[in-house]
Amino acid sequence: MKIIDKKQLAPEIVRFIVEAPQIAKKAQPGHFIILRYKENGERIPLTIADYNREKGTITLVCQGIGKSTYEINRMEVGDSFLDLLGPLGKAYPIKKLGTVVCVAGGLGVAPLYPKAKALYEAGNRIISLIGAQRKELLIMTEEMAAISAEIHFSTDDGSFGHHGFITEPLRQVLAREKVDEVVAVGPVPMMASAVKVAREFNVPVVVSLNALMVDGTGMCGGCRVTVGGETKFCCVDGPTFDGAAVDFQELLMRQRYYQEQEKEAFHRCKLEEAGQE
Amino acid sequence: MRQQMPKQDPAVRRTNFDEVALGFTAEQALAEAKRCLNCKKPLCVQGCPVEIDIPQFITLLVAGKPDQALAKIKEKNSLPAICGRVCPQENQCEKQCVLGRKGEPVAIGALERYCADWGRANQAVEPSCEPECAVKGKVAVVGSGPAGLTAAADLALMGYRATLFESLHAPGGVLRYGIPEFRLPKAIVDYEVGNLKKLGVEIKTNVLVGKTITIEELFATGYEAVFIGTGAGLPYFLDIPGENLNGVYSANEFLTRVNLMKAYLFPEYDTPVRIGKRVAVVGAGNVAMDAARTALRLGAETVSIVYRRSRAEMPARREEIENAEEEGVVFRLLTNPVRLEGDERGNLTTMICQKMALGEPDASGRRRPVPIPGSEEELPVDTVIVAVGQGPNPILLQATTGLALNKRGYIEVDPETMMTSIPGVFAGGDIVTGAATVIAAMGAGKKAARAIDRYLAAKKEAGK
Ligand SMILES: Cc1cc2nc3c(=O)[nH]c(=O)nc-3n(C[C@H](O)[C@H](O)[C@H](O)COP(=O)(O)OP(=O)(O)OC[C@H]3O[C@@H](n4cnc5c(N)ncnc54)[C@H](O)[C@@H]3O)c2cc1C
Ligand SMILES: Cc1cc2nc3c(=O)[nH]c(=O)nc-3n(C[C@H](O)[C@H](O)[C@H](O)COP(=O)(O)OP(=O)(O)OC[C@H]3O[C@@H](n4cnc5c(N)ncnc54)[C@H](O)[C@@H]3O)c2cc1C
Ligand code: SF4
Ligand code: SF4
Ligand code: FES
Repeated sequence: MKIIDKKQLAPEIVRFIVEAPQIAKKAQPGHFIILRYKENGERIPLTIADYNREKGTITLVCQGIGKSTYEINRMEVGDSFLDLLGPLGKAYPIKKLGTVVCVAGGLGVAPLYPKAKALYEAGNRIISLIGAQRKELLIMTEEMAAISAEIHFSTDDGSFGHHGFITEPLRQVLAREKVDEVVAVGPVPMMASAVKVAREFNVPVVVSLNALMVDGTGMCGGCRVTVGGETKFCCVDGPTFDGAAVDFQELLMRQRYYQEQEKEAFHRCKLEEAGQE
Repeated sequence: MRQQMPKQDPAVRRTNFDEVALGFTAEQALAEAKRCLNCKKPLCVQGCPVEIDIPQFITLLVAGKPDQALAKIKEKNSLPAICGRVCPQENQCEKQCVLGRKGEPVAIGALERYCADWGRANQAVEPSCEPECAVKGKVAVVGSGPAGLTAAADLALMGYRATLFESLHAPGGVLRYGIPEFRLPKAIVDYEVGNLKKLGVEIKTNVLVGKTITIEELFATGYEAVFIGTGAGLPYFLDIPGENLNGVYSANEFLTRVNLMKAYLFPEYDTPVRIGKRVAVVGAGNVAMDAARTALRLGAETVSIVYRRSRAEMPARREEIENAEEEGVVFRLLTNPVRLEGDERGNLTTMICQKMALGEPDASGRRRPVPIPGSEEELPVDTVIVAVGQGPNPILLQATTGLALNKRGYIEVDPETMMTSIPGVFAGGDIVTGAATVIAAMGAGKKAARAIDRYLAAKKEAGK
């Protein structure tokens, strides 16, 4: 559980390489872990962004969006996470399909990467479409380029690549050629619109959902999502699902339930930090 | 007369998480112990799933030897501070007590608690064991609820090296994440887990067996037998429209946030829980009472129990129903939720309920509730906690090939040996029986430990 490498990929996005031999041995694309970084901390789910079975390490990429992730990103090489549980979730089945378009929004590249890499290694032709708010938030572009036959970028502010959302390049690719599957990972609105576009072209689309979680083992039901009209537990039935069947509206609403409390906690944590300096 | 255990005043206790029942004073314990007739054929013992020698321990208490009384209890029950608090005594030992026929039974549970608390306060010497003394073999215990804790303790006492594997970050199972602080202080769970460590039991948290490591791999790494005590932790929902609105919790999630993650201390602890002004808890078992009383303590203005049958059918312990009532929980009986509604932000606002009447008895022998047509009513709510039961968690069961399950999805075991369909793999507690009691899970852990000892001894004998 010791951090053996840390790299800042972008503002507030950090990549950690962590010693976790038991988890590394079992990790597969689609799996995630739950960690606690301190005694009174929350249980935080993070995707296993890569793993090295020989070295017994896993890679985590964490974006500081609230108190816990912000504090995690301040941990250093040599520090240890208090608890690390995994691998959790269902693995994403890797098949040879033909051409797969991998669409990532923002931090979504990190959870997408192990799937894309495995698809590539299984002989699929990968077209990668990566979007972010602005140029400096585009991450893991080299890793993605290395496995992609084609790679395109977009930024919301036009600072790099296509000016606008990543769904536009997706539409262009799907209009241009036959694609066997779309894999979309990112913020919920981005996944929802990628699904919409893929469905217009009748291409199967899988997504990776990040419902709020507590235990991650199917014990609390807090991570419920509606898929195909049925209630599923994101942590055990997912987090990968058939995008066409997901109720994104509900997911978005459920993710926001603790927004005010979280904001307050984050604010206090920043105040304390300011007070210490 | 049966002694009454002092309790915190309801008006005060509904605002704090401190223990409600305060325990007997020494005088009370002595007076109560003296009521016992020390029966030749003690019926009470038959009512105790682990057969504590009740008259003997009570006699030792009367003789002013609480240390020996505790040791007597510990011969059969490794977790007396816990059982003395949460056992449904009125249905078990105390139900059988002869004094109960004409008057009131001896307060056996309260006396057991008294001995255990005395031991903790006076730092009574707990059994301990050096790691080297564990030579008879290695056994893996999966799940650290009362079944797993007991199996591990008994195996250690018999000379095995027992390792507990727990998926959460803290051991205890329901004792840790389910039963609230005000009924079972977590310091007691910590103390009992500490005693287990003194026996040489190794505890590995953050290991989800079936995912992190499989049962096959446990055998491959040198464990000679495995005990599965993974409980019934999968929450059931009502399957009604609106159940995924914000503000609808399973009791498991609600209680886990509060107990395990200590959300009642937010923001000192990072995990939040949101409790509105008006809370409705669906169900009327112990879990529902715990959820309702927890909601009150978190500051809800009104908390109602919504239950489709009548008072007579409520499955919770009488004492807990009374406690809840004293604290101000409202009981809406013969009322069944049919739909939940929310606002445009997806936040819960209303529970639509239907009034029920009791019809003919059903398979469970209880009168079946039938809806009264046209009786729908609206209940304004901002939080709903669903406490209508739990099932078996499928993760380990699906990852283990060859493990036979019964129709309801629980593990099938030989009732004599507690062995599953896989040789060397044993199981007990809620994962075999479905949601039951702490003491029943402990009894199963005990029985399995003995069976594992016999099994491994026979195997060694055969291998010679
Ligand atoms: C299966 C899974 C895999 C994940 N993988 C990664 C990963 O690889 N890297 C990474 O950085 N994050 C990942 N996440 C998201 C991460 O767990 C959350 O960002 C984190 O829990 C937020 O905690 P916090 O206290 O820092 O922020 P909070 O203060 O809890 O949240 C800040 C704001 O973000 C929103 N939010 C909170 N949790 C989530 C969530 N789960 N998804 C979307 N929005 C949320 C809330 O609306 C809140 O207002 C994953 C989540 C899941 C369920
Ligand atoms: C809120 C609540 C209140 C209750 N009140 C009472 C009461 O007052 N009196 C009473 O007698 N009974 C009560 N009960 C019932 C009682 O707690 C249970 O019957 C008892 O805890 C069952 O014990 P167990 O050891 O079988 O399982 P559990 O206590 O459920 O423990 C199982 C453990 O296994 C772990 N686990 C599960 N799967 C895995 C895996 N794959 N790998 C590793 N670990 C795993 C779980 O995390 C858990 O810690 C209550 C239950 C609840 C939920
Ligand atoms: S363990 Fe439970 S049933 Fe047995 S004597 Fe104690 S309170 Fe009674
Ligand atoms: S049955 Fe009652 S009176 Fe008799 S020994 Fe047991 S507790 Fe005492
Ligand atoms: S996080 Fe608790 S069931 Fe999924």
